[in-house]
Amino acid sequence: MIHRHIAHTQIQRSKGGILIALAGNANVGKSVIFNYLTGSHQVIGNWPGKTVELAIGRLKYRDKEITIVDLPGIYSLTTYSQEEAVTREFITEMKPDIVINVVDATVLERNLYFTIQLLEMGAPIIICLNQMDVAEKQGLDIDVDKISSILGVPVIPTVAIKGIGLDKLMETAINYRHRHAKPPTYSEDIERIIKILVSKINKSKLDTSYPPRFIAIKMLEGDPYIMDVVAREDPDLIEHVKLLAMELEEKYGEPLYSVIASQRYRIIAKIINEAVRRRAVKADILYYIDRITTHKVFGILISTGVLITLLLWTFYIGDFLSTILEDLVSVIAPVEPDITGSLIDTMINGAIGGIVAGITLVIPYVIPFYLFLAVMEDSGIMTRIAFMIDTFMHKLGLHGKAVIPIILGYGCNVPAIFSTRILETRRERVIASLAITLVPCSARTVVILGLAAAFLGIEAALSLYAINIAIVVAVGYLVSRIYPGETPGLIMEIHQLRIPSPRVVFRQTLHRTLSIIYLVFPIYIIGSASVQALYKLGVLEPINTALSPITSNLLGLPPATGTLFIFGFIRKELILLLLPQVLGTFNIPLVLTATQIFTIALVSMLYIPCVSTVAALSKEFGWRDTIIISIVNILVAITAGSIIYHMLTLL
Amino acid sequence: MSMKHRPNSIEEYLEAIYKLSEGKRDIKTTELAEFMGIKPSSVTEMLKKLAELGYVEYLPYKGVRLTGKGERLGRRITRRHRLYEIFLWKILGKKPDDVHEEACKAEHGVSDETDILLCRFLGAPSRCPHGSIVPACDLKVSTCEDCETVGTNMVKRDDEVRPIAWLNEGSSGVIKFIRGDSRVLRRLIDLGLTPGTRIHILRKAPLNGPVEILVRGSRLALGSDIAANIFVSDV
Ligand SMILES: Nc1nc2c(ncn2[C@@H]2O[C@H](COP(=O)(O)OP(=O)(O)OP(=O)(O)O)[C@@H](O)[C@H]2O)c(=O)[nH]1
Ligand SMILES: [Mg+2]
Ligand SMILES: [Zn+2]
Repeated sequence: MIHRHIAHTQIQRSKGGILIALAGNANVGKSVIFNYLTGSHQVIGNWPGKTVELAIGRLKYRDKEITIVDLPGIYSLTTYSQEEAVTREFITEMKPDIVINVVDATVLERNLYFTIQLLEMGAPIIICLNQMDVAEKQGLDIDVDKISSILGVPVIPTVAIKGIGLDKLMETAINYRHRHAKPPTYSEDIERIIKILVSKINKSKLDTSYPPRFIAIKMLEGDPYIMDVVAREDPDLIEHVKLLAMELEEKYGEPLYSVIASQRYRIIAKIINEAVRRRAVKADILYYIDRITTHKVFGILISTGVLITLLLWTFYIGDFLSTILEDLVSVIAPVEPDITGSLIDTMINGAIGGIVAGITLVIPYVIPFYLFLAVMEDSGIMTRIAFMIDTFMHKLGLHGKAVIPIILGYGCNVPAIFSTRILETRRERVIASLAITLVPCSARTVVILGLAAAFLGIEAALSLYAINIAIVVAVGYLVSRIYPGETPGLIMEIHQLRIPSPRVVFRQTLHRTLSIIYLVFPIYIIGSASVQALYKLGVLEPINTALSPITSNLLGLPPATGTLFIFGFIRKELILLLLPQVLGTFNIPLVLTATQIFTIALVSMLYIPCVSTVAALSKEFGWRDTIIISIVNILVAITAGSIIYHMLTLL
Repeated sequence: MSMKHRPNSIEEYLEAIYKLSEGKRDIKTTELAEFMGIKPSSVTEMLKKLAELGYVEYLPYKGVRLTGKGERLGRRITRRHRLYEIFLWKILGKKPDDVHEEACKAEHGVSDETDILLCRFLGAPSRCPHGSIVPACDLKVSTCEDCETVGTNMVKRDDEVRPIAWLNEGSSGVIKFIRGDSRVLRRLIDLGLTPGTRIHILRKAPLNGPVEILVRGSRLALGSDIAANIFVSDV
């Protein structure tokens, strides 16, 4: 099971190059450091669990080729979650020359718990004591040298967000390569047993890449992976461990893993006691904001307020920018789609239409959304919303944390689906992913705005959003009843709220917008040109006819819209983009009724995950669940679309 | 609440006071009378008797508060009542509306040992069919694993424990027992919730939502199901 994770990532150490790993608890600043050193664009934000896969970056430092790996944040090295397995396996298999253990200075106690386990694993480490600025503000005086001398490893204080200390960090990392510090020791009775086990392990033919002491401790803790390996290769040893463990458990009246954890924390408490002093400080404004965001009444108001503002902001700012851009572009834009000229002319005409659409649609709506999202992510409000909404999310078979990937889904479904890994069970991840596919991403927002808002008014667009939320809730509710299994309880670390860093917000927005633009422009141009050409060649008619039982009979749309939904599978904006082409005019209200426009927008919002989303789903859950999710999307879209169509016609 | 069958029983009173004192300490006489469906005058009389027996502290005009001894007995009866409800509901398939009466009768005639066996059989459940939390048992264990590995005649706990879901914002307690699944338990322990650790309640979300705690200098949000399974003393 274990070797799967790394096999497909190609981490190559160049000759004489150095491999550095960044490891530590979630949300300590690993990715900030990684991005700073390598110029990459890993997601940064103030909520735990953003980095879900190994990220690899390269840099040159003092003539040395350095490969850095950003690992997912974890709390323990017992293989209970996939992220823990990934990290542990990476360190044993790839044997990094040095592990930079990034530690949040404001939650030192819990962070050092992981440090001790890294030492037990025999990894060469140095400690990066990050977020020193926040620690300072909270009145924590940390004696860096003291920690360093107790643990026997270098400790470098940093403020990663400002790049402070990172040069020293790199230098120390390189100088301290391959230096292994001694792990701290447990109480005598436990050490005695560890010793017995270590000598047994040394004698046995057990073949693992872990040091014997680590195996001994993990066996006492009942680590599933280690127990499995040992049971296969040396079953007698397991019996022996059970006997030894029982003796101790009787003495302590606690499971041994709990005894071992307590002792680790006792070692840490001693370090904290000697190295950390707490000054009294005045509560700052963030403290009060923090209190309000989780207040019984205001908390709920703020959470919903923030989410509604996110949508309205995207709407209004987007609408405003779009109008300006349209005016600018209209100077060069073709007025009408034209299929009367030669095939080449037709295609050029279509391609220009694609470029115009890209400029007037993507930029105005995507930038404001991602800007707001980055602010939300970096402030820490996401975890407050998760906290406030937990009870409600249980009705959908999810817990509060699931709201985070769903919010990300409003930007783009693909990263949102990957970030469902912050949820514990496959069941939750599948339900959350289904919800995500139904949520209008920025591409669908463009369609909603470009059709509903532009031709029917902003109220129509807003009511589409409201309908959407109702549908997501209803589908989530139903699916969680059908899908067997229980929802695990919420366990989530809450981090200090922050004033979002302008740099992080700016870079994140820019990067996300650019990657959409790179993806979208070619698709727009090619899609638009080819549809126009296909139309001229008369290839699309059979498709439209085949789909007409759904499009015309159930949804009351002109059969020509069949083509749209086929192309929309590639990228949802293509629906909007190609609409004038399949209808032969930009003057859409002339050929479509208000009901039809509304129905097209509604169906586009729901009808199928786009190609990239399908790829993401199948990577995470396999084809079976991907197909089920897609079918649910299609059924929901057809049902909702025909209900709305028939209701609006009756009115 | 039907207490008609034995309106004066000490156990019924302690159970009622225990149930009312989830989340607070002092219970008003009128509140208790209303809850039990008995005249306030007879309640007052009974409370004086309970005070004499050392089960409650009775403060005229303020109300009543359980002593350690009273809380212990009240907890046992409440626990048994809820375990029985769960048994009738989950195992025998009765409707949640139909289990209360019978549990009321069963709760007075069962041994402590049977309680423990029932709890194990049901898989150490957290909540009764009506959503109330099943209080902790009497055994001096820190996890359910300990209970499974040892027999039923174990050492008894010497202090009263309550789930953190019942604590108020601003209060604190020392972890004594974490109920349930060992996967969750391990996560909690890795996050620093080892037995003997003090935790502070910072926030409780509305509508039976999560609890935010401070443990070892870090803040954690715990869903209400998890908060129902972490028991602390020294409240
Ligand atoms: N004030 C301050 N904030 C920091 C510092 N370093 C990181 N941050 C913030 O801490 C948060 C977490 O940073 P990330 O780099 O995303 O954390 P990570 O360790 O990669 O987290 P995961 O990928 O979720 O495990 C972000 O909001 C950063 O802006 C620092 O030195 N000072
Ligand atoms: Mg990260
Ligand atoms: Zn009940």
